[in-house]
Amino acid sequence: MKRAVFLSVPLLIASLAIARAETGTVAMDHGPDLFHKIVTEVDFAARDGGEWRWHVDGWVGGDVERVWIRSTGKIADSEVEKAEFQLLYGWNVHPFWDVLIGARQDLEPDSKTWAAAGVTGLAPYFFETDATAFLSTEGDAALRLEQSLDIPVTQKLIAEPHVELNAYAQDIPERGIGAGFSDVELGLKLRYEITRKFAPYAALTWERALGETASRARSAGESVEETALRIGVRVWF
Amino acid sequence: MISVHNYLAAAALLIAAAFPAHAGEYRLTVSTAAVEVDGRTVEKMTVNGSIPGPVLHFTEGEQATITVTNETSEKTSVHWHGILLPGVMDGSPGFNGFMGIAPGESYTYTFNIRQSGTYWYHSHSGTQDQSVLGAIVIDPAAPPSAVTDRDHVVLLSDITPEDSDQVLRNLKADPGFYNYSKRTLGDFFRDARRDGLGAAWGDRLAWGEMRMDPTDLADVTGYSFLVNGRTPQENETFLYSAGEKVRLRLINGSAMTIFDVRIPGAKMKVVASDGNDVHPVIVDELRIGVAERYDVIVEPAGGEPLAIFAESIDRTGYARATLATAPGMEAAIPAMRPRALLSMADMGMAHGEHGSHGDHGQQESDPHDGHMDHGAGGHGHDGEHMDHGDGHMMDGHDGHHMNHGPGQHQNHDRQQNKGHEGHGDHGSHMHDGVKVSAAPEPEARPVGWASGFPPGAKVLAYEDLRRHHAHADNRAPDRTVELRLTGNMERYVWTLNDRRFHEASPIRVRYGERVRISFVNETMMAHPMHLHGMFFELENGSAAHRPLKDTVIVPPGKSVSVILTAREVGAWPLHCHLLYHMVSGMMTAFIVEPPETADTGLTRDGAVVPLAVSHDGAAARRGGHAGHGGI
Repeated sequence: MKRAVFLSVPLLIASLAIARAETGTVAMDHGPDLFHKIVTEVDFAARDGGEWRWHVDGWVGGDVERVWIRSTGKIADSEVEKAEFQLLYGWNVHPFWDVLIGARQDLEPDSKTWAAAGVTGLAPYFFETDATAFLSTEGDAALRLEQSLDIPVTQKLIAEPHVELNAYAQDIPERGIGAGFSDVELGLKLRYEITRKFAPYAALTWERALGETASRARSAGESVEETALRIGVRVWF
Repeated sequence: MISVHNYLAAAALLIAAAFPAHAGEYRLTVSTAAVEVDGRTVEKMTVNGSIPGPVLHFTEGEQATITVTNETSEKTSVHWHGILLPGVMDGSPGFNGFMGIAPGESYTYTFNIRQSGTYWYHSHSGTQDQSVLGAIVIDPAAPPSAVTDRDHVVLLSDITPEDSDQVLRNLKADPGFYNYSKRTLGDFFRDARRDGLGAAWGDRLAWGEMRMDPTDLADVTGYSFLVNGRTPQENETFLYSAGEKVRLRLINGSAMTIFDVRIPGAKMKVVASDGNDVHPVIVDELRIGVAERYDVIVEPAGGEPLAIFAESIDRTGYARATLATAPGMEAAIPAMRPRALLSMADMGMAHGEHGSHGDHGQQESDPHDGHMDHGAGGHGHDGEHMDHGDGHMMDGHDGHHMNHGPGQHQNHDRQQNKGHEGHGDHGSHMHDGVKVSAAPEPEARPVGWASGFPPGAKVLAYEDLRRHHAHADNRAPDRTVELRLTGNMERYVWTLNDRRFHEASPIRVRYGERVRISFVNETMMAHPMHLHGMFFELENGSAAHRPLKDTVIVPPGKSVSVILTAREVGAWPLHCHLLYHMVSGMMTAFIVEPPETADTGLTRDGAVVPLAVSHDGAAARRGGHAGHGGI
């Protein structure tokens, strides 16, 4: 835990300073020049003694260079099962795409530090897309692909299908992960934007372990598939 | 042969010059005040405590002396829009050595008035022009070409209770933040019912492939629309007596709003555009871009009250005032019409790979090299050939453009609407809880940029504008400067030639050089482009009667060109007048170099100005900005 904090704080300060320098050439005469959008989602599913999940994704910076902050985690039955943080530096390289590079720190299920690199942006047909590769200090390589799409049902009720797919280059036995595609999550979220920045939502999610990871789960007597109804709230600032 | 009389006149002139007429003197104080906007009391910057500030009246030939005092806690400035003056008096921070007015400081602007007509002033600092604004009326030295009985300023503006910097932050975080007219699933099913599932799906795919939104007519909503600071409920009233000719000086002082203006029950005779007299043209309606001005003359037949009705083009609201013979009279407020949906043709210039642009209909060629000016003919720009491969707004365009006349409103409208019958004034449309005349089926939205006007209505087109006097100088331009209007909507970054202001190299022209500026709009939004310090001649097919303007709307996907002879020495901002486009980068410097020989003189005011642009403190931050020298 301490290591992560020590890792993150100087990185954050350094990154913010760089972002500031990039945008700082335009002073107040032309309005504000440092912007941010950090989206936080917290939701609850009534299973396993109550399961909470959080997902944070956002940036601070200017038009071209931005510092990205991401975190995701799960608390089940009052136990933190998963907690990961990412801090990345991003450059806008195409109207719709940013290239990111940075670090990821896992606190749970075990402490692990990764280098991270990827792209984020808007694919054709309005698919919000994140593709990130990770390389841990122990040499483990992983890949994560996330996509989502906003479909306005009305001006305030937004249907958001999403998918997340994880893959690994090798086994990570202590996490029950086998090489290859490890797990997929499909979901449909319905959020009601009371304001753009505040929206309660209900989500139906389906998670499944894949391949070798699924086999390991089965032999450990664990389920490989979970469907959940989640109730949550999405805020951004 | 100088008579005593002339000596006296000369002496009088000298005295007048030393002690300028009191009438030309104004004191303006910029301060914050609590104002009520949309039912909320919010702090806004004001001029002399009000929004808008006072109307400044001048007479051509006199000297203006305006002292602006800044009582706010941030830097401010006041820019005199459309006024010919020495660069340092223009009030644009970072240009010509003017660096804004610091808190607690005053700045005295002095310049000789060498023009007449309808103008306005506003802050040129950050997002302040939202509320720091007012009208300028300059009487001509000679009697006006159109004599009227009444003369009223109709200053249209928009105001939001939100902090205007916060609006920019929201747009940067989510460019669709204020769009509550997005196409929904319901719209899809309705379109599928009407056009067939395949067509509706294909349309969604085409827009999706480009990652663009056809409902993107205005970036910001939540505005209240005002006439001289009054809401539609407060009903600004202009008095007249039956049989009188009333001049209305329409000024669009909005931050972000383009209006469609009409006076149901009366025709408007347009007699001036951007302060310059034009041959009168009688219209039912006109579209006024941000910062444009039109003088119109109305001759109400009876004593009935008439509504001056200005709908925002995204139809989120309207400004309204009343022409009445007595205070308190009201005319019926017309229903707002449906909002238009942009068409693929409005994306005309936005794609890199297309080779040609469909059908340009009939054209009137202009005696200028290589450029085509499409006159007022009934032509459409249906842009048959659309290649939206990896099209996005920053794609390089192929250098293959032409000048469509910018304002082919009604003609274009009919073209765009074939297949959608009965668009126009009678949609069933719920707005602000006001139910408008019911129709059995929801009306299809009119399609295309200049659309949604009632069939048969005469809508002012730029082609209709003919300068009152013919130009003596009709030389072809020495060169053409192409300015592509570009941007990245996904990021809310707006650019010229793909460069933000602080990245851009200025445009430099020689003193006396005759230059064409060709605006090529590669985005899907209209941009009212404004050049400080001088007028340009709009190439609208009116031969030697090219109208003089300082702001011109360049419609989505279209091109517009203007010509000017560079005689105003200085560094002049050239920018999109949509506030948040300008502050996010859609600006450059247009530098007119001083003449090489001293005897040709500098400006008509004789001012010597440092020809430099400082990108707002950039120089200061790098250590001193003495003289603001160098770019």
